[in-house]
Amino acid sequence: MVTNQASVKRNGVQDYVSLRTTAVIILAFTILMTWFFITTDNITFTEWQGLFSGLAMKVFTLATLISIMIHVRIGLWQVLTDYIKSVKVRGLLQWILNLIAFAYVLVGLFVLWGV
Amino acid sequence: MKLDVSIYRYNPEVDDAPHMQDYQLEVEDGVDLMVLDVLLKLKEQDPTLSLRRSCREGVCGSDGVNMNGKNGLACITPVSALGKGKIVVRPLPGLPVVRDLVVDMTQFYTQYEKVKPFLINDARQPPAREHLQSPEERAKLDGLYECILCACCSSSCPSFWWNPDKFIGPAGLLHAYRFLIDSRDTATEERLNDLDDAFSVFRCHSIMNCVSVCPKGLNPTKAIGQIKSMLLQRAV
Repeated sequence: MVTNQASVKRNGVQDYVSLRTTAVIILAFTILMTWFFITTDNITFTEWQGLFSGLAMKVFTLATLISIMIHVRIGLWQVLTDYIKSVKVRGLLQWILNLIAFAYVLVGLFVLWGV
Repeated sequence: MKLDVSIYRYNPEVDDAPHMQDYQLEVEDGVDLMVLDVLLKLKEQDPTLSLRRSCREGVCGSDGVNMNGKNGLACITPVSALGKGKIVVRPLPGLPVVRDLVVDMTQFYTQYEKVKPFLINDARQPPAREHLQSPEERAKLDGLYECILCACCSSSCPSFWWNPDKFIGPAGLLHAYRFLIDSRDTATEERLNDLDDAFSVFRCHSIMNCVSVCPKGLNPTKAIGQIKSMLLQRAV
């Protein structure tokens, strides 16, 4: 059974807004990357490095990674509360998934600022 | 013409597990029966078959069942609408089965009760005769008040299947919105407070199964969207 305590008193409106705002950022990044792949004839290391060398792109990429982390946290909490009824198993899975999403942000941070 | 029908059978007092039972029904050529008529004729063959029905004209909402994978009212669903081949009839999904096609609707009604489906008006001096509405105010209730609580929508909603104790479900939320926008109701804030959590409303992901199956042609997803907007507007 899903209790309010187990869901850390989540706020429906806040989750709703967070899911949609992060989705907009993720979509914008997806469109940008798709545009880059379509318009660049020959993708070399130089081209790739050039794309991520600007501060604006670094910030945008980081914002996307953070958005994915927030999106994963809320979205997968919803999926897990639907399908996993054991609190222990759900808690463990949530912890692992949140950790992976957080690791993506951290690794992304180092990779981006290493460009 | 012979109709092949497969019906979900389960009598907890006798059966260890549910099973499907096949029936055949001789029908006059060119006659298009309603599914309820078919079920009642089969019940004449096999009196142990259990089902609910009352008005047999789509008003009472008693005979909601799952026909060939889609929820609907057996009394207003013609056999011809189900296409050719075997007709498979099962109880409404997601609700505990009492026996055969009869389901226990306690969870559904519990959620319905939560939305306080009655007019609340705290007017200290109520009008002598009645609360008047303008035609425009009354028109806002169209598409909402017609719900007959057959549970076809809620029992086709995965969010209701997984969290029937927390998610109000499309039928309950349609009624919630019906009172939220009623000009005579003064408990809007109280109603919104009751719905303002992560489950009651926001478990609707707008997959629109409810709209697809509603035998009255209503749109619970739209009503739920309006409730989300109301909750959002007072939060920002």
